[in-house]
Amino acid sequence: MSQHLNSDEVRHTLSILVDNEPGVLARVIGLFSGRGYNIESLTVAGVDEANNLSRISIVTRGTPMVIEQVKAQLDRIVPVHMVCDLTQQGLHIERELALIKVVNKGESRIEALRIADTFRANTLDSTLESFVFEVTGSSSKISAFVELMRSLGHVEVSRTGVSAISRGLNVDMPIRTQNETQE
Amino acid sequence: MTKTSQPKSNASETENSNDLTVTGADAVLRVLEDLNVEVIFGYPGGAVLPIYDALFKRNSIRHILVRHEQAAVHAAEGYARSTGKVGVVLVTSGPGATNAVTGLTDALMDSIPILCITGQVPTHLIGNDAFQEADTVGITRPCTKHNYLVKQAENLVPVLYEAFHVASSGRPGPVVVDLPKDIQFAPIDMGQVEPAKSKAVVRYRPVMIPDADAISQAADMIVSASRPIIYGGGGIINSGDEASEHLRELVALTGFPTTLTLMGLGVLPSEDKHFLGMLGMHGTYEANMSMYHCDVMLNVGARFDDRVTGLTSGFSPNSQKIHIDIDKSSINKNIRVDLGIVGDAGIALKMLVDEVKKRKAAIKKDALSEWWKKIEEWRAVRCLDYNQKGDIIKPQYAIHRLWQKCKGDDVYVTTEVGQHQMWAAQYFGFNAPKRWMTSGGLGTMGYGLPAAMGVQIGNPGKTVIDIAGEASFMMNMQELSTIAQYQLPVKIYIINNEWMGMVRQWQELIHGGRYSESYSASLPDFQKLADCFGMKGLVAKVTDDLDPVIDEMLGTDGPVLVDVRVAKEENCFPMIPSGATHNQMLLGPNDKAAKPVSEEGMVLV
Repeated sequence: MSQHLNSDEVRHTLSILVDNEPGVLARVIGLFSGRGYNIESLTVAGVDEANNLSRISIVTRGTPMVIEQVKAQLDRIVPVHMVCDLTQQGLHIERELALIKVVNKGESRIEALRIADTFRANTLDSTLESFVFEVTGSSSKISAFVELMRSLGHVEVSRTGVSAISRGLNVDMPIRTQNETQE
Repeated sequence: MTKTSQPKSNASETENSNDLTVTGADAVLRVLEDLNVEVIFGYPGGAVLPIYDALFKRNSIRHILVRHEQAAVHAAEGYARSTGKVGVVLVTSGPGATNAVTGLTDALMDSIPILCITGQVPTHLIGNDAFQEADTVGITRPCTKHNYLVKQAENLVPVLYEAFHVASSGRPGPVVVDLPKDIQFAPIDMGQVEPAKSKAVVRYRPVMIPDADAISQAADMIVSASRPIIYGGGGIINSGDEASEHLRELVALTGFPTTLTLMGLGVLPSEDKHFLGMLGMHGTYEANMSMYHCDVMLNVGARFDDRVTGLTSGFSPNSQKIHIDIDKSSINKNIRVDLGIVGDAGIALKMLVDEVKKRKAAIKKDALSEWWKKIEEWRAVRCLDYNQKGDIIKPQYAIHRLWQKCKGDDVYVTTEVGQHQMWAAQYFGFNAPKRWMTSGGLGTMGYGLPAAMGVQIGNPGKTVIDIAGEASFMMNMQELSTIAQYQLPVKIYIINNEWMGMVRQWQELIHGGRYSESYSASLPDFQKLADCFGMKGLVAKVTDDLDPVIDEMLGTDGPVLVDVRVAKEENCFPMIPSGATHNQMLLGPNDKAAKPVSEEGMVLV
């Protein structure tokens, strides 16, 4: 799909509960690529070992009609149990984790440490000429931190992508006991 | 890594289902038998030899040996579409599976229930670039409704039951089950059958019953219409014969004009006075104009395909649209509708009929009468008229005459793809569902001949006609051998204009008459070809030949190949040119100068 700056495009964060079976991620990604939908960020991990379920968090961008299509198409996939549109549901939390290696000496090194402190980053690794910082926060916070580090030395970044969950007491995707059957 | 064990002979099986242990291959057949599968279309190969061995020993399911795996899937499609049952395919690994891909994609686009079992190299060799290995699951993931690779023997039976369920429920579609050869040899405990059957329906539970309030709302909208139209599609046929009956009931109850898509022909008898003909790119003038000018449109089981809508921004701009579909993702995909209802077409139509009956008095009879007057004006254009005079047979006449001679008989028609397909849709009338099998969504040339085989297998004793173009026929003509082997009395009616007609038409209208690679060169003598396969071959060269040839074709007990030589440069009209809105149709060759195809239209298929 063309990347023209579309003013009526919106950014939605989806949570998808899927069976943890081989190829399920390929199905989801194949759907996005095959139909030309956009993946801004994707992260997946097992959340319910007993029932063999995983949760995929996807951030996608498109017109409202396309977003509706994305959700309906995801729902059609057999191993998909549930599709939650966190953006549509309302208030939700989005977080990312990044591991950032910075290589520098002298003043830049001290400055890097100070900035890491401001960003509430943890220092996970240290040599006399490098640090590895762990930062969690919104995507924009992490991007800002990476930019600052880049101006201070050689940088390597590994980011997880956005993970999200709704605010409040609604449990969208409960972890069930083993004997409960899925809806 | 599964050890290949010795296949157990029948003698060592006990009839006590609690400790019945069989090989994987045997289990496959037992499951298929349990699912009342009567026919398998297939082609053997190394990776499926165990299953073929079990087939030979059990001798319970009929196997039709095709000559190309693509034909196996098309045959299964024809079988499925004409009987309502799931079509079952068995092919080997590697090239067997890849040859089936076109057929699977076709089934996906047209929503045909297919269960395709593919062999695979043993589990310990997967990923090693073994002989005849292909990543079948990877390749077929985008072209099937769902697919499975069975890597553990205990999953074989549950997977088969689930696969069959997925293929046949909700919006039907093709499902692939990839079976490594060592799994086919592995011991399987048949005691797990019962729990497997109940587990099979747990994961995939499509919504069948529509929301009653939504149906009520739809009924309100329908009876408030001044210029209503009913637009029915293949989903009504997939739902079952009852769905067609309910649609007919609705039409009779309301007196509303009705149009059908290519995939929906037969839902309403073609000679019903409410039937406007097929709509779409080559639909009738009255059908497309009514769709454009209506104020309430009821879509049941159709998907607003681009062949029907024309330019979407200009599609039926002033109407309220109701869309009943079993697939939620089809609603609001191309065209924004005012009321979307998810559910099975048959169930929804029955509920709708009941609701409309309650509101029957509210139907605006006067407005409807005015609307019909307008429609009669459009009908008066007589967009399907053609002029058959002289010796050269017009293709429209060849098909129209065939239909006239078939009237009163319960015939089944398959087609290939192209101009002849559109003419068949325009001139051949259908009075019942499941009589018309054509490749709509994918438009696969080479579909008709194998599909006709499948239809004949599923409906023995019935007349099955493949209306073909000569270029399409050449694509799967090796299946003449299959027809000869099983003596399937299929009638192959080739509309031979020596060109790839539809391609040539587009090249004429859009590409300045530059006929690039669209001529059917080096055609065989079809009569001699038929003779080579031991079947009857007939040819009609001039108009006077046609009637006796059709009579002989229909009167022959065995397979017949008919070469109907028709006018070479006929174009198919009406036509919504690429990029135009659906009320801007070309009605004949003289129309083309007035409306050149726009630049945007050029890029559309």
